[in-house]
Amino acid sequence: MTQTTPGDPLDVERLKKDFPILERVVRGQRLVYLDSANTSQKPRSVLDALDRYYEQSNANVHRGTYLIAEEATAALEGARAKVARFVGARSDREIVFTKNATEALNLVAKAWGRANLGPGDPVVITELEHHANIVPWHQLTDEIGIDLRWIPVGADGHLDLTDLDRLVDGARVVSFAAMSNVLGTINPVERLVRAAHDAGAIAVVDASQYVPHLPTDVGAWGADFAAFTGHKMLGPTGIGVLWGTEAILDATPPFLTGGEMILNVTKEGFTPNELPWKFEAGTPPIAEAVGLGAAVDYLAGLGMEAVRTHEVALTGYALRALTERFGDDLVIHGPSEPAERGGVLSFTYADLHPHDLTQVFDERGVCVRAGHHCAKPLMRELGVAATARASLYVYNDESDVDALGDAIAAAGDFFAP
Amino acid sequence: MPGLEDLYREIILDHYRNPRNRGELSAPPATRVEGFNPLCGDEIVLFLDVEGGVVRDIRIGGQGCSISQSSASMMSSAVKGKTLDEVRALSRAFKGMMSIHEQALDGDGDGVSDDGADPGDGAGGEDVKLGDLEALRGVVKFPVRIKCATLSWNTLLQGLEQQPA
Repeated sequence: MTQTTPGDPLDVERLKKDFPILERVVRGQRLVYLDSANTSQKPRSVLDALDRYYEQSNANVHRGTYLIAEEATAALEGARAKVARFVGARSDREIVFTKNATEALNLVAKAWGRANLGPGDPVVITELEHHANIVPWHQLTDEIGIDLRWIPVGADGHLDLTDLDRLVDGARVVSFAAMSNVLGTINPVERLVRAAHDAGAIAVVDASQYVPHLPTDVGAWGADFAAFTGHKMLGPTGIGVLWGTEAILDATPPFLTGGEMILNVTKEGFTPNELPWKFEAGTPPIAEAVGLGAAVDYLAGLGMEAVRTHEVALTGYALRALTERFGDDLVIHGPSEPAERGGVLSFTYADLHPHDLTQVFDERGVCVRAGHHCAKPLMRELGVAATARASLYVYNDESDVDALGDAIAAAGDFFAP
Repeated sequence: MPGLEDLYREIILDHYRNPRNRGELSAPPATRVEGFNPLCGDEIVLFLDVEGGVVRDIRIGGQGCSISQSSASMMSSAVKGKTLDEVRALSRAFKGMMSIHEQALDGDGDGVSDDGADPGDGAGGEDVKLGDLEALRGVVKFPVRIKCATLSWNTLLQGLEQQPA
């Protein structure tokens, strides 16, 4: 019995074997992992890279004169080069390693924003942002008095750009998600970047949900900053990336300060280091960067076009199969056309609370997130307090979607009056 | 390993399907207080009518999962007509029962006895009868759901703090 979707370029059955955790049996059932928008699982090659680094080359970077210190430095900078190539950066200097995407977005708001924004300066975000691209701007509203504006979301799950010109008029920053972590909506990145630049604003892209799933070319986007995180793209936790053009990184003061990020320190002051180390204070997450490098190798080996084709096919199958099975009782939020969205399926079922749904799922080894997905303003617009969210990745196939369908049916039976 | 039946006892499902004391009171004179579960976005709106040191009436609004809704419903039934001292003692006993530090989490029954062990122990040794609220004892085996069960009680305590001395 094949579980692969017709037209799927990935051999998912073989690929699943690369992920040791998927062999785990939980509650007597195979693990059905459908929470990759939250965090992805890690292939053996990433786990091996972490082990190899710690077992063979562990040392601090950019200072030791001995062999393993040189190896560690080369491993860190080699990972940076891999990430730069993977997202189409012009040079390694454009890749700043952070703790996660949240820190990357905070760097933009707190370092660039504090140095460049004044009272009343308009900053435009959208209603479908993750809290990481909302709260730092709220803080600048409190501290500086910026004017935070919101691009609305339409009933079809797409941004409503009717009033875009008016919203970006006079704006200094336009900051938006490339793909929604709740609705899966893929936003028109290049159009929004153009609107930002036409208005004289910088363009900031939260690419956390995009880079792991679609071919990415930050150069073609033409934005000023983009943020993403390693753990959603098969890499370890604790490593994120802020991409920025050299021009804007040069115009941004350091964020965190201390060791590593300086050229010189005297009793009178300090001179910051060159790009990108200017933004990497303290000992960086070396092993995590090495792991991210291995993750990028793995994804590049699959081919991001193939990854995208796989996810469009599987998302299409999921939308069809689940809608056929549950009809109007199942509400799946976001665009209905697979080509316009990623494999993020936020749903509500009958009158069951998402927490109760996913509790029953857990009994069957099905891992799905329930809650507001760090996007409370969007949940309010959708008119729901919470949703269940199943999200697909390279190691998922139709059997996983079918297991989700069985789990939804089981929850319906369990709570039937 | 704990199963669904440990969590969703029949009495819990009954309170979920038929919530008691649902609605609003006009505030003032009643006290209105809101509680949030930041993890899942559940919200509770609690209306409290206290007179002469006694909870005369209580109403619950908002939305949430079966555990938070049934816990709120059971709480409202348990505290209605009680003195504030009795309500505080009940609250201590309930939160004691929900404290994972006092319970075994491996779900094999160790440390989770149904033989009437005093759940208020460690909270002053009061002899408090939890009654129907005992049904929520299984929630401790599902640590992430404890906040669902305690949301209404924490909101109630906020409401009590707002009462004139």
